[in-house]
Amino acid sequence: MKELKEHTLRLIEEGRRNDGRKHMDYREPVVVTYGISGTAEGSAQVQIGDTIVMAGVKLSIETPYPDTPDQGGIMVNVELYPLSSPEYEPGPPGILAVELARVVDRGIREAKAIDLKKLCIEKGAKAWTVGIDIVTVNDAGNLFDACALAALAALKDAYFPVYKDGELHYEEKSKKKVSLSKEPVSVTVYKFGNSYVIDPNAEESCVYDARLTVASTDDGMLSALQKGGDAPLTVEDVNKMIDIAIEKATFLRKKL
Amino acid sequence: MVYKKRLDGRGWEDTRPIEAKAGVIKNADGSAYFKIGKTTAYAAVYGPRELYPRFLQNPKTGILRCFYNMMPFSGMGDRVRPGANRRSKEISMVMEKALGLVVDLHDYPNSTVDVFVELSQTDAGSRCAAICAAAIALADAGIDMKDMVSAVAVGKIDDKIVADLDYHEEAYEEGPVADIPVAMLYNTKEITLLQMDGEVSKEELLNALELAKRVTEKIAQIQIKALKERYAP
Repeated sequence: MKELKEHTLRLIEEGRRNDGRKHMDYREPVVVTYGISGTAEGSAQVQIGDTIVMAGVKLSIETPYPDTPDQGGIMVNVELYPLSSPEYEPGPPGILAVELARVVDRGIREAKAIDLKKLCIEKGAKAWTVGIDIVTVNDAGNLFDACALAALAALKDAYFPVYKDGELHYEEKSKKKVSLSKEPVSVTVYKFGNSYVIDPNAEESCVYDARLTVASTDDGMLSALQKGGDAPLTVEDVNKMIDIAIEKATFLRKKL
Repeated sequence: MVYKKRLDGRGWEDTRPIEAKAGVIKNADGSAYFKIGKTTAYAAVYGPRELYPRFLQNPKTGILRCFYNMMPFSGMGDRVRPGANRRSKEISMVMEKALGLVVDLHDYPNSTVDVFVELSQTDAGSRCAAICAAAIALADAGIDMKDMVSAVAVGKIDDKIVADLDYHEEAYEEGPVADIPVAMLYNTKEITLLQMDGEVSKEELLNALELAKRVTEKIAQIQIKALKERYAP
């Protein structure tokens, strides 16, 4: 691991990377495929290089929380499947899955991309809950960006099931879409030594110094931040990393 | 009798359309995709690798472990809560039995070969799709196998013996229904999975098993073709 770290760092400081990319390149291909699961109300697969994740939206009717009787809810869950990497084992979600889910959740929730009041059917009694499940199929690095993009794509693909006379008909999709007022896209910028890179591959993902995930909307507003890694960041780092993230979000948004 | 034609217009012995592909998950030692109708299974094989905790190890042979799981959004209607439940545990266990006796892991004592199957959408027949995907993935991983394993649900609807029931047929209410998931070996025609729920006479069951022979043979050819395509020059 020490050798990998030194080698990766040296390459990056020389302006190179272990797979030949430039610092600000996403791996190829970046592909979003919609409608990969007919049982979900909305679904999508995101591929970034060798990383593949799937997301599915389930819509259900629940009783609103007592403190927000006129609002529906959002729930985000990430499953790191042992199918997707030899590192993962069956069992309850670990801290990485929890962190991923919470960062994706905040990116969508805090951008107010979904108007929770519009999800209310009957005040204090019935409201839609938007459940977004993201699962890994092949983890080859940069799950933060892939998961956030998959969640957004699945939401864009989602239609409400038919609800009439107090009954839900899941087999019939209505023509009503889940309305998204904004499209928050996450880009995670990684710091190696004094350099920044995006979209680390599996090896780079093991040895970075610090990372900053930035969820931003198309108007350049930020909706979620998450710093990770063992090294600190300066205010100047944060400044530069946010600029990179906003610029690269434009690139990812074009893939939707 | 009321059931004169299948709900989706298929012949009595026809399966829904099948797609199979080997080598779909790069990180895995072997992997496969198997789709039958709207039921879609992804399988990944990891191993042989060391087995922990150690008390599970067998010093005489490696073991095969299967993990069947439905993705949370893979069921029509309610979300499937993540994590193992009684149903997925039972299916995982019968999968181990269905696949375990064709693999020879004596060269890998104290090891495990893990097979993970994830379903992204389901419309009945998911354990059979899981077994078909897993068998391709095991072969793709280069695990020694005595035979190909193929599975299909046969059954009875009213007085008709049918292959590959879908969700609407399983839920048929105008007459008796029997759902019989079967796994068979390609060469020997031995049965490695047999379950049934519903109502069926012995004679009908035997007819259904004869049908399973014919149908699993066709499925095996699709599985083998997927493997050949993976390694074609």
